[in-house]
Amino acid sequence: MTLAQQIITVAMVILATMLTRFLPFLIFPAGRPTPKYVQYLGKVLPSAVFGLLIIYCLKNVSIFTGSHGLPELIAIVLVIALHLWKRQMLLSIAGGTICYMLLVQFVF
Amino acid sequence: MLFEHTEELYDAAGTGGGTEIFMTGEQIKPRKRSEIRRAFRAAFPHTIPIFAGFWFLALTYGIYMNVSGFSFIYPMLMSITIFAGSIEFVTVNLLLGAFNPIQAFAMALMINARHLFYEISMLEKYRGYGWRSFYLIFGMCDESFSINYTAVIPKDVDKGWFMFFVTALNHFYWFSGSTLGGIFGSLIHFDTKGLDFVMTAMFVVIFLEQWLKEKNHTSSLLGLALSLICLIAFGADNFIIPGMLAILILLTVIRRPLEERISSAADITKETEKGGEQQ
Repeated sequence: MTLAQQIITVAMVILATMLTRFLPFLIFPAGRPTPKYVQYLGKVLPSAVFGLLIIYCLKNVSIFTGSHGLPELIAIVLVIALHLWKRQMLLSIAGGTICYMLLVQFVF
Repeated sequence: MLFEHTEELYDAAGTGGGTEIFMTGEQIKPRKRSEIRRAFRAAFPHTIPIFAGFWFLALTYGIYMNVSGFSFIYPMLMSITIFAGSIEFVTVNLLLGAFNPIQAFAMALMINARHLFYEISMLEKYRGYGWRSFYLIFGMCDESFSINYTAVIPKDVDKGWFMFFVTALNHFYWFSGSTLGGIFGSLIHFDTKGLDFVMTAMFVVIFLEQWLKEKNHTSSLLGLALSLICLIAFGADNFIIPGMLAILILLTVIRRPLEERISSAADITKETEKGGEQQ
Protein backbone atom coordinates (compact mmCIF):
# COMPACT_ATOMS: atom_id res chain seq x y z
CA MET A 1 0.00 0.00 0.00
CA THR A 2 1.21 3.51 -0.77
CA LEU A 3 1.11 6.20 1.91
CA ALA A 4 -1.91 7.80 0.24
CA GLN A 5 -3.74 4.46 0.29
CA GLN A 6 -2.85 3.99 3.95
CA ILE A 7 -4.21 7.44 4.77
CA ILE A 8 -7.43 6.71 2.88
CA THR A 9 -7.82 3.37 4.68
CA VAL A 10 -7.35 4.95 8.11
CA ALA A 11 -9.60 7.86 7.14
CA MET A 12 -12.38 5.41 6.18
CA VAL A 13 -12.02 3.70 9.55
CA ILE A 14 -12.17 7.06 11.34
CA LEU A 15 -15.18 8.16 9.29
CA ALA A 16 -17.12 4.96 10.00
CA THR A 17 -16.21 5.04 13.69
CA MET A 18 -17.29 8.68 13.98
CA LEU A 19 -20.52 7.80 12.22
CA THR A 20 -21.32 5.18 14.88
CA ARG A 21 -20.77 7.81 17.57
CA PHE A 22 -22.50 10.86 16.13
CA LEU A 23 -25.34 9.32 14.11
CA PRO A 24 -27.72 8.77 17.06
CA PHE A 25 -27.43 12.41 18.06
CA LEU A 26 -28.20 13.46 14.52
CA ILE A 27 -31.19 11.19 13.89
CA PHE A 28 -32.82 10.74 17.29
CA PRO A 29 -34.15 13.90 18.87
CA ALA A 30 -33.88 14.00 22.67
CA GLY A 31 -36.57 12.23 24.66
CA ARG A 32 -38.11 10.12 21.92
CA PRO A 33 -38.11 6.28 22.08
CA THR A 34 -35.71 4.39 19.82
CA PRO A 35 -37.29 2.31 17.01
CA LYS A 36 -37.93 -1.31 18.03
CA TYR A 37 -35.87 -2.70 15.14
CA VAL A 38 -32.84 -0.67 16.24
CA GLN A 39 -33.27 -1.89 19.82
CA TYR A 40 -33.47 -5.46 18.55
CA LEU A 41 -30.29 -5.10 16.52
CA GLY A 42 -28.60 -3.56 19.54
CA LYS A 43 -29.36 -6.72 21.48
CA VAL A 44 -28.50 -9.40 18.93
CA LEU A 45 -25.92 -7.90 16.58
CA PRO A 46 -22.90 -7.69 18.94
CA SER A 47 -22.71 -11.46 19.58
CA ALA A 48 -22.79 -12.20 15.86
CA VAL A 49 -20.17 -9.55 15.08
CA PHE A 50 -17.77 -10.95 17.67
CA GLY A 51 -18.28 -14.40 16.13
CA LEU A 52 -17.42 -12.92 12.75
CA LEU A 53 -14.30 -11.31 14.20
CA ILE A 54 -13.03 -14.65 15.51
CA ILE A 55 -13.40 -16.13 12.02
CA TYR A 56 -11.70 -13.03 10.62
CA CYS A 57 -8.71 -13.57 12.91
CA LEU A 58 -8.44 -17.19 11.81
CA LYS A 59 -9.04 -16.59 8.10
CA ASN A 60 -5.49 -17.48 7.07
CA VAL A 61 -5.25 -20.72 9.05
CA SER A 62 -5.09 -23.67 6.71
CA ILE A 63 -6.38 -26.90 8.13
CA PHE A 64 -4.92 -29.12 5.43
CA THR A 65 -1.36 -27.82 5.27
CA GLY A 66 1.43 -26.69 7.62
CA SER A 67 0.59 -27.10 11.29
CA HIS A 68 -3.09 -27.86 10.45
CA GLY A 69 -4.34 -25.09 12.71
CA LEU A 70 -3.23 -26.97 15.80
CA PRO A 71 -1.42 -24.06 17.55
CA GLU A 72 -4.52 -21.90 17.07
CA LEU A 73 -6.80 -24.63 18.35
CA ILE A 74 -4.68 -25.34 21.44
CA ALA A 75 -4.26 -21.65 22.29
CA ILE A 76 -7.99 -20.94 21.87
CA VAL A 77 -8.88 -23.86 24.12
CA LEU A 78 -6.45 -22.46 26.70
CA VAL A 79 -8.00 -18.97 26.42
CA ILE A 80 -11.46 -20.43 26.99
CA ALA A 81 -10.29 -22.63 29.89
CA LEU A 82 -8.44 -19.75 31.59
CA HIS A 83 -11.41 -17.47 31.14
CA LEU A 84 -13.94 -19.95 32.49
CA TRP A 85 -11.62 -20.59 35.43
CA LYS A 86 -10.66 -17.07 36.53
CA ARG A 87 -12.75 -14.81 34.30
CA GLN A 88 -9.93 -12.27 34.21
CA MET A 89 -9.82 -10.81 30.73
CA LEU A 90 -6.14 -9.84 30.81
CA LEU A 91 -5.03 -13.21 32.20
CA SER A 92 -6.95 -15.11 29.51
CA ILE A 93 -5.56 -12.96 26.69
CA ALA A 94 -1.98 -12.96 27.98
CA GLY A 95 -1.99 -16.70 28.76
CA GLY A 96 -3.37 -17.64 25.35
CA THR A 97 -1.00 -15.35 23.48
CA ILE A 98 2.12 -16.55 25.33
CA CYS A 99 1.07 -20.16 24.78
CA TYR A 100 0.57 -19.48 21.06
CA MET A 101 3.95 -17.74 20.77
CA LEU A 102 5.71 -20.66 22.45
CA LEU A 103 3.90 -23.14 20.22
CA VAL A 104 4.75 -21.45 16.92
CA GLN A 105 8.31 -20.67 17.96
CA PHE A 106 9.36 -23.97 19.54
CA VAL A 107 6.89 -26.75 18.78
CA PHE A 108 5.44 -26.32 15.31
CA MET B 1 -12.91 -5.93 32.50
CA LEU B 2 -12.51 -4.00 29.30
CA PHE B 3 -15.70 -5.15 27.73
CA GLU B 4 -17.61 -6.16 30.80
CA HIS B 5 -21.32 -5.54 31.27
CA THR B 6 -21.88 -5.44 27.54
CA GLU B 7 -25.20 -7.19 27.60
CA GLU B 8 -26.68 -5.04 30.29
CA LEU B 9 -25.44 -2.04 28.39
CA TYR B 10 -27.26 -3.04 25.24
CA ASP B 11 -30.40 -3.67 27.22
CA ALA B 12 -30.05 -0.32 28.85
CA ALA B 13 -29.63 1.23 25.45
CA GLY B 14 -33.28 0.74 24.67
CA THR B 15 -34.58 2.52 27.71
CA GLY B 16 -33.06 5.86 26.94
CA GLY B 17 -30.94 8.03 29.12
CA GLY B 18 -33.35 8.77 31.94
CA THR B 19 -35.23 11.95 32.52
CA GLU B 20 -32.53 14.19 33.83
CA ILE B 21 -32.85 17.83 32.99
CA PHE B 22 -29.70 19.82 32.73
CA MET B 23 -29.28 22.83 34.87
CA THR B 24 -25.72 23.79 34.11
CA GLY B 25 -26.72 27.32 33.36
CA GLU B 26 -28.88 27.68 36.45
CA GLN B 27 -26.51 26.16 38.97
CA ILE B 28 -24.94 28.57 41.34
CA LYS B 29 -21.33 28.39 40.28
CA PRO B 30 -18.45 28.96 42.66
CA ARG B 31 -15.19 29.79 41.00
CA LYS B 32 -14.83 27.87 37.80
CA ARG B 33 -11.34 26.54 38.36
CA SER B 34 -12.12 24.88 41.69
CA GLU B 35 -15.21 23.39 40.08
CA ILE B 36 -13.10 21.80 37.36
CA ARG B 37 -10.55 20.55 39.89
CA ARG B 38 -13.28 18.98 42.02
CA ALA B 39 -14.70 17.18 38.97
CA PHE B 40 -11.25 15.84 38.13
CA ARG B 41 -10.74 14.55 41.67
CA ALA B 42 -14.14 12.83 41.56
CA ALA B 43 -13.58 11.30 38.12
CA PHE B 44 -10.01 10.05 38.44
CA PRO B 45 -10.59 7.14 40.91
CA HIS B 46 -13.28 5.73 38.61
CA THR B 47 -10.75 5.41 35.81
CA ILE B 48 -7.92 3.65 37.70
CA PRO B 49 -9.12 0.11 36.87
CA ILE B 50 -9.44 1.16 33.23
CA PHE B 51 -5.83 2.33 33.28
CA ALA B 52 -4.48 -1.20 33.86
CA GLY B 53 -6.63 -2.77 31.18
CA PHE B 54 -6.04 -0.05 28.62
CA TRP B 55 -2.31 0.01 29.11
CA PHE B 56 -1.97 -3.73 28.67
CA LEU B 57 -3.93 -3.75 25.42
CA ALA B 58 -2.59 -0.40 24.16
CA LEU B 59 1.05 -1.36 24.75
CA THR B 60 0.44 -4.65 22.97
CA TYR B 61 -1.25 -2.80 20.14
CA GLY B 62 1.68 -0.37 19.83
CA ILE B 63 4.21 -3.22 19.87
CA TYR B 64 2.12 -5.15 17.35
CA MET B 65 2.14 -2.16 14.97
CA ASN B 66 5.85 -1.76 15.50
CA VAL B 67 6.72 -5.38 14.74
CA SER B 68 4.37 -5.23 11.74
CA GLY B 69 6.68 -2.56 10.33
CA PHE B 70 4.91 0.70 11.20
CA SER B 71 6.48 3.74 12.85
CA PHE B 72 5.12 4.82 16.26
CA ILE B 73 3.42 7.72 14.44
CA TYR B 74 0.77 5.24 13.28
CA PRO B 75 -0.42 3.94 16.66
CA MET B 76 -0.04 7.47 18.06
CA LEU B 77 -2.30 9.11 15.50
CA MET B 78 -4.69 6.16 15.24
CA SER B 79 -5.16 5.93 18.99
CA ILE B 80 -6.12 9.62 19.12
CA THR B 81 -8.37 9.73 16.07
CA ILE B 82 -10.01 6.30 16.00
CA PHE B 83 -9.90 5.55 19.73
CA ALA B 84 -11.63 2.18 19.46
CA GLY B 85 -9.45 -0.79 20.40
CA SER B 86 -10.86 -3.65 18.35
CA ILE B 87 -10.92 -1.82 15.05
CA GLU B 88 -7.41 -0.45 15.61
CA PHE B 89 -6.07 -4.00 15.84
CA VAL B 90 -8.04 -4.92 12.73
CA THR B 91 -6.76 -1.82 10.92
CA VAL B 92 -3.18 -3.13 11.28
CA ASN B 93 -4.28 -6.13 9.23
CA LEU B 94 -6.13 -3.93 6.76
CA LEU B 95 -3.01 -1.82 6.23
CA LEU B 96 -0.95 -4.95 5.59
CA GLY B 97 -3.44 -6.29 3.04
CA ALA B 98 -4.62 -5.09 -0.35
CA PHE B 99 -6.13 -1.59 -0.62
CA ASN B 100 -9.85 -1.90 0.01
CA PRO B 101 -11.37 1.26 1.50
CA ILE B 102 -14.97 0.02 1.31
CA GLN B 103 -14.11 -3.06 3.34
CA ALA B 104 -12.30 -0.83 5.86
CA PHE B 105 -15.40 1.35 6.15
CA ALA B 106 -17.77 -1.61 6.48
CA MET B 107 -15.63 -3.35 9.09
CA ALA B 108 -15.30 -0.22 11.22
CA LEU B 109 -19.05 0.31 10.97
CA MET B 110 -19.91 -3.23 12.06
CA ILE B 111 -17.29 -3.57 14.77
CA ASN B 112 -18.19 -0.23 16.30
CA ALA B 113 -21.94 -0.56 15.79
CA ARG B 114 -22.29 -0.97 19.55
CA HIS B 115 -21.37 2.72 19.93
CA LEU B 116 -24.73 3.50 18.33
CA PHE B 117 -26.47 1.93 21.27
CA TYR B 118 -24.24 3.52 23.87
CA GLU B 119 -24.86 6.92 22.31
CA ILE B 120 -28.59 6.27 22.15
CA SER B 121 -28.62 5.71 25.90
CA MET B 122 -26.55 8.86 26.44
CA LEU B 123 -28.70 11.09 24.21
CA GLU B 124 -29.93 13.03 27.22
CA LYS B 125 -26.89 12.87 29.45
CA TYR B 126 -24.40 14.06 26.86
CA ARG B 127 -26.46 16.95 25.51
CA GLY B 128 -26.10 20.55 26.59
CA TYR B 129 -22.38 20.96 27.31
CA GLY B 130 -21.25 22.74 24.15
CA TRP B 131 -17.79 21.68 23.00
CA ARG B 132 -17.60 19.19 25.86
CA SER B 133 -20.68 17.42 24.45
CA PHE B 134 -18.88 17.11 21.13
CA TYR B 135 -15.88 15.55 22.87
CA LEU B 136 -18.03 13.22 25.00
CA ILE B 137 -19.72 11.87 21.87
CA PHE B 138 -16.43 11.62 19.99
CA GLY B 139 -14.65 9.84 22.86
CA MET B 140 -17.29 7.18 23.52
CA CYS B 141 -15.94 3.71 24.29
CA ASP B 142 -17.10 0.69 26.30
CA GLU B 143 -15.32 1.86 29.43
CA SER B 144 -16.29 5.53 29.40
CA PHE B 145 -19.85 4.48 28.76
CA SER B 146 -19.96 2.05 31.65
CA ILE B 147 -18.63 4.72 34.04
CA ASN B 148 -20.61 7.69 32.77
CA TYR B 149 -23.81 5.69 32.50
CA THR B 150 -23.67 4.14 35.95
CA ALA B 151 -21.55 6.43 38.18
CA VAL B 152 -23.32 8.25 40.96
CA ILE B 153 -21.90 11.75 40.60
CA PRO B 154 -21.87 13.73 43.85
CA LYS B 155 -24.26 16.69 43.92
CA ASP B 156 -21.54 19.29 44.31
CA VAL B 157 -19.60 17.99 41.29
CA ASP B 158 -20.34 19.35 37.83
CA LYS B 159 -21.68 16.46 35.72
CA GLY B 160 -20.32 17.80 32.45
CA TRP B 161 -16.78 18.12 33.73
CA PHE B 162 -16.96 14.77 35.54
CA MET B 163 -17.93 12.92 32.36
CA PHE B 164 -15.42 14.97 30.39
CA PHE B 165 -12.55 13.87 32.64
CA VAL B 166 -13.63 10.21 32.63
CA THR B 167 -13.57 10.28 28.83
CA ALA B 168 -10.36 12.30 28.55
CA LEU B 169 -8.43 10.16 31.07
CA ASN B 170 -9.44 6.95 29.33
CA HIS B 171 -8.49 8.51 26.00
CA PHE B 172 -5.12 9.52 27.45
CA TYR B 173 -4.42 6.01 28.84
CA TRP B 174 -5.12 4.48 25.45
CA PHE B 175 -3.09 7.08 23.57
CA SER B 176 -0.06 6.92 25.89
CA GLY B 177 0.03 3.12 25.95
CA SER B 178 -0.24 2.83 22.16
CA THR B 179 2.44 5.44 21.57
CA LEU B 180 4.87 3.97 24.11
CA GLY B 181 4.30 0.49 22.67
CA GLY B 182 5.01 1.88 19.21
CA ILE B 183 8.21 3.60 20.36
CA PHE B 184 9.64 0.86 22.53
CA GLY B 185 8.44 -2.06 20.44
CA SER B 186 11.75 -1.91 18.56
CA LEU B 187 13.69 -2.36 21.80
CA ILE B 188 12.12 -5.72 22.45
CA HIS B 189 14.72 -8.41 22.10
CA PHE B 190 12.67 -11.57 22.31
CA ASP B 191 11.11 -13.19 19.28
CA THR B 192 7.67 -11.67 18.75
CA LYS B 193 6.49 -14.28 16.27
CA GLY B 194 2.93 -15.18 17.15
CA LEU B 195 2.18 -11.93 18.99
CA ASP B 196 -0.61 -11.24 16.52
CA PHE B 197 -2.58 -13.95 18.31
CA VAL B 198 -3.39 -11.31 20.94
CA MET B 199 -6.17 -10.09 18.66
CA THR B 200 -7.65 -13.58 18.31
CA ALA B 201 -7.45 -14.12 22.07
CA MET B 202 -9.14 -10.78 22.69
CA PHE B 203 -12.09 -11.56 20.43
CA VAL B 204 -12.42 -15.08 21.82
CA VAL B 205 -12.67 -13.60 25.33
CA ILE B 206 -15.20 -10.95 24.28
CA PHE B 207 -17.24 -13.58 22.45
CA LEU B 208 -17.11 -15.83 25.51
CA GLU B 209 -18.21 -13.00 27.80
CA GLN B 210 -21.21 -12.37 25.55
CA TRP B 211 -21.92 -16.11 25.48
CA LEU B 212 -21.88 -16.40 29.27
CA LYS B 213 -24.22 -13.44 29.66
CA GLU B 214 -26.77 -14.17 26.96
CA LYS B 215 -29.75 -16.45 27.52
CA ASN B 216 -30.04 -17.42 23.88
CA HIS B 217 -27.04 -18.26 21.72
CA THR B 218 -28.70 -18.05 18.29
CA SER B 219 -26.95 -14.85 17.28
CA SER B 220 -23.50 -15.97 18.49
CA LEU B 221 -23.78 -19.25 16.60
CA LEU B 222 -25.12 -17.51 13.49
CA GLY B 223 -22.17 -15.12 13.57
CA LEU B 224 -19.68 -17.99 13.65
CA ALA B 225 -21.49 -20.21 11.15
CA LEU B 226 -22.38 -17.60 8.52
CA SER B 227 -18.85 -16.13 8.62
CA LEU B 228 -17.34 -19.59 8.22
CA ILE B 229 -19.62 -20.41 5.29
CA CYS B 230 -18.76 -17.08 3.63
CA LEU B 231 -15.04 -17.66 4.27
CA ILE B 232 -15.22 -21.01 2.47
CA ALA B 233 -17.39 -19.59 -0.32
CA PHE B 234 -15.64 -16.25 -0.97
CA GLY B 235 -12.09 -16.81 0.31
CA ALA B 236 -10.02 -15.05 2.98
CA ASP B 237 -9.81 -11.70 1.21
CA ASN B 238 -13.44 -11.22 0.25
CA PHE B 239 -15.65 -12.84 2.87
CA ILE B 240 -16.16 -9.96 5.31
CA ILE B 241 -18.82 -7.93 3.51
CA PRO B 242 -20.89 -10.94 2.34
CA GLY B 243 -20.58 -12.30 5.89
CA MET B 244 -21.86 -9.06 7.41
CA LEU B 245 -24.74 -8.83 4.95
CA ALA B 246 -25.67 -12.46 5.59
CA ILE B 247 -25.71 -11.81 9.35
CA LEU B 248 -27.82 -8.65 9.02
CA ILE B 249 -30.30 -10.24 6.62
CA LEU B 250 -30.73 -13.44 8.61
CA LEU B 251 -31.11 -11.61 11.92
CA THR B 252 -33.75 -9.41 10.29
CA VAL B 253 -35.60 -12.40 8.80
CA ILE B 254 -35.70 -14.34 12.08
CA ARG B 255 -36.51 -11.27 14.21
CA ARG B 256 -40.01 -12.37 15.33
CA PRO B 257 -39.16 -15.93 16.47
CA LEU B 258 -35.83 -14.84 17.95
CA GLU B 259 -37.39 -12.04 19.98
CA GLU B 260 -39.98 -14.49 21.30
CA ARG B 261 -37.29 -16.98 22.24
CA ILE B 262 -35.18 -14.36 23.99
CA SER B 263 -38.12 -13.09 26.04
CA SER B 264 -39.34 -16.61 26.91
CA ALA B 265 -35.80 -17.62 27.91
CA ALA B 266 -35.74 -14.58 30.18
CA ASP B 267 -39.10 -15.62 31.70
CA ILE B 268 -37.88 -19.15 32.37
CA THR B 269 -34.79 -17.87 34.14
CA LYS B 270 -36.90 -15.54 36.25
CA GLU B 271 -39.18 -18.42 37.23
CA THR B 272 -36.34 -20.78 38.10
CA GLU B 273 -34.73 -18.00 40.12
CA LYS B 274 -37.98 -17.51 41.98
CA GLY B 275 -38.28 -21.26 42.54
CA GLY B 276 -34.75 -21.36 43.88
CA GLU B 277 -35.51 -18.58 46.34
CA GLN B 278 -38.59 -20.37 47.63
CA GLN B 279 -36.65 -23.53 48.40
